[in-house]
Amino acid sequence: MQALVIVAHGSHLNPDSSTPTYDHADRIRETGAFDEVKEAFWKEEPSFREVLRTVESDEVYVVPLFISEGYFTEQVIPRELRLDGWDIEEWDSEDGVSATQATLGAGDVEKTIHYCGPVGTHEAMSDVIVQRAESVTADHDADIDDGFGLAVVGHGTERNENSAKAIYYHADQIRDRGRFDEVQSVFMDEEPEVDDVTDFFESRDIVVVPLFIADGFHTQEDIPEDMGLTDDYRTGYPVPGEVDGHRLWYSGAVGTEALMADVVLERAADAGADVGTAIEQVREATSDEPVAGD
Amino acid sequence: MNAPQFDALLSAAEDGIEFEGLLVEQHGDEYAVHILDEEYTELAESELHEVATDHSPYVTDWYYWTHVVDTTKADRLAFLQWLEDADGLSPPERYTKLDDGVTCHWGELAITTTVDEDGIRQYDVRHVNDIDHDAADLDTYDDPLSARDLTTYDDDGRYRPLKTAPTLQSGWTFPALDAPDLLQTIEYIYPATVPNWQREREGELDISHWRDTAERQTGIYEIIEEIDREAVEWIAEACCVDSQCTKRREWQYAEDDHLAADGGDGEYPCREPCSLVVAAARKWTTLENESEKTFQVDLTLSELRQIEEIIDTVAEGRVDEIREADVYEGANRYRARYLRAKRFDEDGELAAHEVEE
Repeated sequence: MQALVIVAHGSHLNPDSSTPTYDHADRIRETGAFDEVKEAFWKEEPSFREVLRTVESDEVYVVPLFISEGYFTEQVIPRELRLDGWDIEEWDSEDGVSATQATLGAGDVEKTIHYCGPVGTHEAMSDVIVQRAESVTADHDADIDDGFGLAVVGHGTERNENSAKAIYYHADQIRDRGRFDEVQSVFMDEEPEVDDVTDFFESRDIVVVPLFIADGFHTQEDIPEDMGLTDDYRTGYPVPGEVDGHRLWYSGAVGTEALMADVVLERAADAGADVGTAIEQVREATSDEPVAGD
Repeated sequence: MNAPQFDALLSAAEDGIEFEGLLVEQHGDEYAVHILDEEYTELAESELHEVATDHSPYVTDWYYWTHVVDTTKADRLAFLQWLEDADGLSPPERYTKLDDGVTCHWGELAITTTVDEDGIRQYDVRHVNDIDHDAADLDTYDDPLSARDLTTYDDDGRYRPLKTAPTLQSGWTFPALDAPDLLQTIEYIYPATVPNWQREREGELDISHWRDTAERQTGIYEIIEEIDREAVEWIAEACCVDSQCTKRREWQYAEDDHLAADGGDGEYPCREPCSLVVAAARKWTTLENESEKTFQVDLTLSELRQIEEIIDTVAEGRVDEIREADVYEGANRYRARYLRAKRFDEDGELAAHEVEE
C-alpha cells in the first residue's frame, strides 16, 4: 500500500487557508492512484506530529504544499514528522530550487517515508502559473495574445534567499517559452516591489499571479492595495483594473488553481510513487476548471 | 450466514481458522469445528454447513472482522471492537445487544453500532445532543469527506481552529456508514484520536511534556522556552480543561513534574501541547516579560465586582447569553457601556495612576 500525505501550513484564524489542500487532495483521491490520501497542517489537525500514525500504508509520500525550500521544508516539517537522520544534504539542492526527495524512516512509525521537495519549486509549477493567468483572463472572455505581460509575485524575505529563487526560476522558465511579451518577478518584501509593478512593463495588459499557496491577507488585502487596484480591500478589486495606463489582471493565489493537484502528483511520482495514469487524468480534468474551491 | 460467507469459511479452513471461540480445521475431505466447548469432528462439507448455520453468529462475526474490516492497523480494529463493547462477550451475546444498537460516546460524538442478519455492522454517527432525534429531522450524509465541512464552523458560524474543541455543530448524521467510512469520518472530526487512544491503552503513548515541546520550538516560537512554570499552570488551566477541549491532557510540565491543573475526563488523550497552545504561549511569554506595577484606580466596590464579572463572562464564553435588558448582570452591554462612559478618559483608557514605590 502507498499513501500520499500533503503537508501544508493551515491557519488558526482563516478557515480558507486549508481549502486548496483539501481540494487538491480530493482531486488526487478521485484518481485512485493512492490507497490513502491524507492532509496534515502546521496550524490545524492532524498536525505534522501525528499524521503518520493515522496512515496504514508502508510506503508514504510526503509532499509539502509550500512555495520554496527553506525554514518549513528544511527544518519544521522534518523535525515534526520525526524523520530519522534528516539532513538538508539529503536533498542535494545547492541552488535552492532543486530538491527532489529523500527516503527516510520516521521516529514514531515503522514506515518508509519519501520526503519530497515543495510543490513551488517543481518545474510543472510554471504550467500552473500560466494556466492561472489563462484562467483569470478567460473568466472575462479575454485571450492572452500579443501585448500581454506576466508578473509573478513572491513574498520575498531577507531571512530566506530561497523564497525569491523560486519566483525567479518560474519567471525565467515562462519567459523562455515566449508565451508572454514580458515576464517580471516582483515581491512584497524586497526589490523589485509589487507596488511599482506597472513601472516594469511596456505591455498594456499585465497578468499578475502571486506565487502563494492559499488566498489570505497577503493575496486578498496587501497585494491588491499595494498595486493600487483598490484603496480598501474590503470593497474588492476589479478584474481587470486600470492602474497607471495599464490593465492589471490580478489572479489571486496560484495555489488555488485546480492544476496544482498535478504538481503534487509529479512530486510523488518523481519520488517513486506508482501514480498510474493519475497525472494525465488530473491534467485532463483540470484543463477547463479554472479555480479550485469555486 | 450467506453463501459467500460459507465459501470464505471453506477456503480459509484449508489453513485453519482460530478466531474468538471459533476453531475450524480441514483434514482431507473432512472438517473439525470447535465452538467454545462444543466439538464437531469428521464433518463432510454439507455437515459443516449445517453446523455453521446453527452457529451462524460465530461465522458471520469471523467473516466481518477478517473479510469486511480489512485493515492491518491495530488501533482501527481495537476502536471498532470497543464500539460494540466486544470484551468478553461471545458473538451471540454481542449480536443480542447490537440488535438494539450499542451507543458509545467519542468526544461530542455518539456512535451507534447495529448488525444485520449476515453480521454486517452499520454505524450511525451524530452529535450527542441529537441522540434522541429521528434521522429524518437531521441533515444526513454518507460521504466521510463531508465531515470536514461540519467541523469547520461552530453552531454560531465561527471558525473552529481546534478540532477537539467542545463546539462541534449539531443537527446532522451519518446514519449508515460501513467500517472504513466510519473510521475516515472520525479521523476528519477528531484527527489522530483513535491511534493515540490505542497507544495509551497499550501503554505506549509517546507524551511530549511542556519542557520537551518548548525546547523543540524554533523561529518565532523559540521564546516559549522562557516562560515560567507557574505560567504553564495557568496555560493548562486556561486552555486544556474539559470546557475548552475534549482531549484529556496527559502532558505535564516535565515527566517527573506534574501540573496541578485538571487534565479532564476525555475519552482520548492529549499527548503534547497543541499548536494553539504553543501560539498562545508565545503571546503570554512576551506579556509575562513585563514587570508588575502598582496602579491607583478609583472604583466603587460594585464596579470592582463588575470588572470581575466581565472577565468571568468572557472567559466562560457566556457573553451571548446575557439578555439585552438584564442590567443585573455586570457583563450586560449597557452596564459595560455605562462603566466605560464613567471611568474611561478622553483617550479611551481606564483612568489609572501609577503609584511610585
